[in-house]
Amino acid sequence: MAFFLETLLGGLMSGMLYSLVALGFVLIFKASGVFNFAQGAMVLFAALAMARFSEWIPAWLGMDNLFIANVLAFAVAVVIMFIVAWLIERLALRYLVNQEGATLLMATLGIAYVLDGIGQTIFGSAIYKIDVGMPKEPVMMLESVFEGGILINKEDFIAALIAALLVISLSIFFQKTATGRALRAVADDHQAAQSIGIPLDRIWVIVWCVAGITALVAGIIWGSKLGVQFSLSTIALRALPVVILGGLTSVPGAIIGGLIIGVGEKLSEVYLGPYVGGGIEIWFAYMLALVFLLFRPQGLFGEKIIDRV
Amino acid sequence: MFYRENGQFKTSYKADQQAFAIPQDRWAIVAIVAFAFIGVPLLVDEYMFRAILVPFLILSLAALGVNILVGYCGQITLGAGASMAVGAYASYNFLIRVDGMPALAAILLGGLMAAAAGIVFGAPSLRVRGLYLAVATLAAQFFWDWAFLRIKWFTNNSSSGSVSVADINLLGWTINTPTDKYLFCLGILVAFSVMAKNLLRGNMGRQWMAIRDMDVAATVIGIRPMYAKLTAFAVSSFYLGVAGALWGMVNLGSWEPAAFSIDRSLQLLFMVIIGGMGAISGSFFGAAFIVILPIFLNQMLPLVGTLFGLDVSTALVSHVEFIIFGSLIVFFLIVEPHGIARLWATGREKLRLWPFPH
Amino acid sequence: MNGRKIGEVVLDLKNISLSFGGVKALQDISFNVLEHEVRAIIGPNGAGKSSMLNVINGVYRPQQGDIILRGEHHTNMDSYGAAKAGLARTFQNIALFKGMSVLDNIMTGRNLKMKANMLQQAFWFGPAQREELEHRAKVEEIIDFLEIQHIRKTPVGRLPYGLQKRVDLARALAMEPQILLLDEPMAGMNVEEKQDMCRFILDVNDQFGTTVVLIEHDMGVVMDISDRVVVLDYGKKIGDGTPDEVRANPDVISAYLGASH
Repeated sequence: MAFFLETLLGGLMSGMLYSLVALGFVLIFKASGVFNFAQGAMVLFAALAMARFSEWIPAWLGMDNLFIANVLAFAVAVVIMFIVAWLIERLALRYLVNQEGATLLMATLGIAYVLDGIGQTIFGSAIYKIDVGMPKEPVMMLESVFEGGILINKEDFIAALIAALLVISLSIFFQKTATGRALRAVADDHQAAQSIGIPLDRIWVIVWCVAGITALVAGIIWGSKLGVQFSLSTIALRALPVVILGGLTSVPGAIIGGLIIGVGEKLSEVYLGPYVGGGIEIWFAYMLALVFLLFRPQGLFGEKIIDRV
Repeated sequence: MFYRENGQFKTSYKADQQAFAIPQDRWAIVAIVAFAFIGVPLLVDEYMFRAILVPFLILSLAALGVNILVGYCGQITLGAGASMAVGAYASYNFLIRVDGMPALAAILLGGLMAAAAGIVFGAPSLRVRGLYLAVATLAAQFFWDWAFLRIKWFTNNSSSGSVSVADINLLGWTINTPTDKYLFCLGILVAFSVMAKNLLRGNMGRQWMAIRDMDVAATVIGIRPMYAKLTAFAVSSFYLGVAGALWGMVNLGSWEPAAFSIDRSLQLLFMVIIGGMGAISGSFFGAAFIVILPIFLNQMLPLVGTLFGLDVSTALVSHVEFIIFGSLIVFFLIVEPHGIARLWATGREKLRLWPFPH
Repeated sequence: MNGRKIGEVVLDLKNISLSFGGVKALQDISFNVLEHEVRAIIGPNGAGKSSMLNVINGVYRPQQGDIILRGEHHTNMDSYGAAKAGLARTFQNIALFKGMSVLDNIMTGRNLKMKANMLQQAFWFGPAQREELEHRAKVEEIIDFLEIQHIRKTPVGRLPYGLQKRVDLARALAMEPQILLLDEPMAGMNVEEKQDMCRFILDVNDQFGTTVVLIEHDMGVVMDISDRVVVLDYGKKIGDGTPDEVRANPDVISAYLGASH
């Protein structure tokens, strides 16, 4: 039982991280109808910027306070992600308004390649560390309930907390601020929003900026856990089933989908994996999403699609 | 001046429905194929065959398969590499497990297996489309990646899914020199291209394109979406499967699942976008471009680097390659969604009217 | 009208109701269509005319009601089934295959009649080619009939609106339907194009004996070419009869003049 709970909790925590990446997908899809395959590349790009600047800044300034270095590096990374967002809108997206979903998807694949290439050219392609002072040691919990208690990684716990915080603040941003309202209007209907004077291009830049920040947060958390390296860009692929499960247009869907996939992956790997040779995490999530798609094509919380002739 | 249709009148529907209705086109194609079979082997060296021509031919075949599905039937796929993998491993198994199995039969059977797998993983296209379908095809990609790595039976118990085959044999012709490989692949590519052309100009192709352009209207005039989509998945996967078998058994000789990873799937999709969606010739343009660009960059970038006194590492070259690929994809999607093939067609249209602009 | 003889009931719609979520698009509508007649469905915007057509050819399935085609129940028919049963239609917002030429678009209408299998098609010579040529000849007849020979090889996307409408009709005719459903065939056309279209519709009806069900806004046209008219308003049937009867119906007059509801 304790082992099961441990697996479950582990699943929930990694699920929270998937949610974070999935959130980036959902934000952009809602506002611009773009399925942003480049989200993973953005995570890598942001993490690389963070890792490298936290190395470079102390060297330039000749000081060695980890905290200040991290804060400065974070600020620089935020600015860089804003520039990236602006460039993407400026150079690519504005010419692709009203294209079909599949075309946009392929365009973001192209953007992902460009980002991967530029990121590694500027920041290098080795493995880098991000050290934001996350505690690494595991803690025991519920020792009184189960014999031996259950082992939890403090780092995972904090990461999940940060993710939850980000989700909450984003929801507030969307629901309560004027920009948030404009964003939701654009998400509902581009043309109608434009006709009442909402500047479409600016809204898109904002959305991509927000997605850039979620990418940065996800990048820092994953990066400090696993190191910043090229494979980080593939976490977008891990988060894809999450959005499919949750529905492309739903923020709560992204979160719940993330948790389901996180738990499903861990449980399947632990309880099913040994029988089939292991390593099934990666496709299990996809199969789960696929089976789900067949019964509910619009996802858990997505909007139903009605064909019109 | 010579490329003009004046004075050519078709007197029957038969003449009008030929594969290449303009005689100049017909002769040009015949000339190119003849040159490829006879002229090329006399002219180029072994490196050229091994590094450029054989990969080009096989990837053209694969791109043709992707183009049938993506360009003609409008169903996006990110799992093309998986179909190649199924083709490669299935034909490998036919070859080693069945005594006296002719190589060509093994390759075609591999293609059929890929087609069957393609139908299974294409089935979600009946319920979902666009982005959701892309995810469904990724499921196939990851599943087969895993299967060939972990299920030992597929790889005859070899470790990490790597397998190798001896030189294959076709009716007593042992295919081992680069020239042999080139001719073998060329023969298959030509035959498959002709079949693709036939399918696409006939009723099958019209059904696919109807589904691509407007699926509701297609159903209303009596096209079954299920039949059209699944046949597109099957034919596309068959082409990819044969290409995969060739890639493994003829081009590489020994391979592991990584040869058909998601990177391969994306590469194939890019070939079709850059080359031209919905044009057979686009598959060739795209494959040529993707085979040649890295070689070109590898040669050129260090040279350019030395001009500016920079040391260009191989890592940098590969990053630049990423940037160029990515930018070109965005560029083509924005400026010319029909790719190089459309640029070519526009040029030809101009030539038809030349020297009279109107 | 010469030679054409109105016959039995071919299509009978009984108590059709259709709703999307809470919106009732059609409420308890019944009417029938006689063989060889031209039947019009009219009504103000949002009256449910297009929904009605979509129900008839299986794009939408009504929650209630019965569709009887030549005495057979077809209530659960999908649009492929409708096509097989001999129904063809054109669309209000032209639904041509925009990546294909005019000829190919019309050839798709022959799909149900083409039998060569995939292998035969891949090898082309033999049955596939023979079949292709037979159907090409048939399609050319329709092209001649609708006077669109000159644009045969043009991609439909490049055609002006009026010609696209004509190609849409050609594609439907290529199916050799028994019942032809036309969704606003003359919308957005100028007077000349409308006249042409009227002539084509009447010719089809006359020469091939095809039953025509059409939706149209232009009252003059409707009253001129149709044998009987059904009037919908807010998803309900408010009138049914010959053009003269309908014109005299007080409900219809008030619906069109916007009198109190």
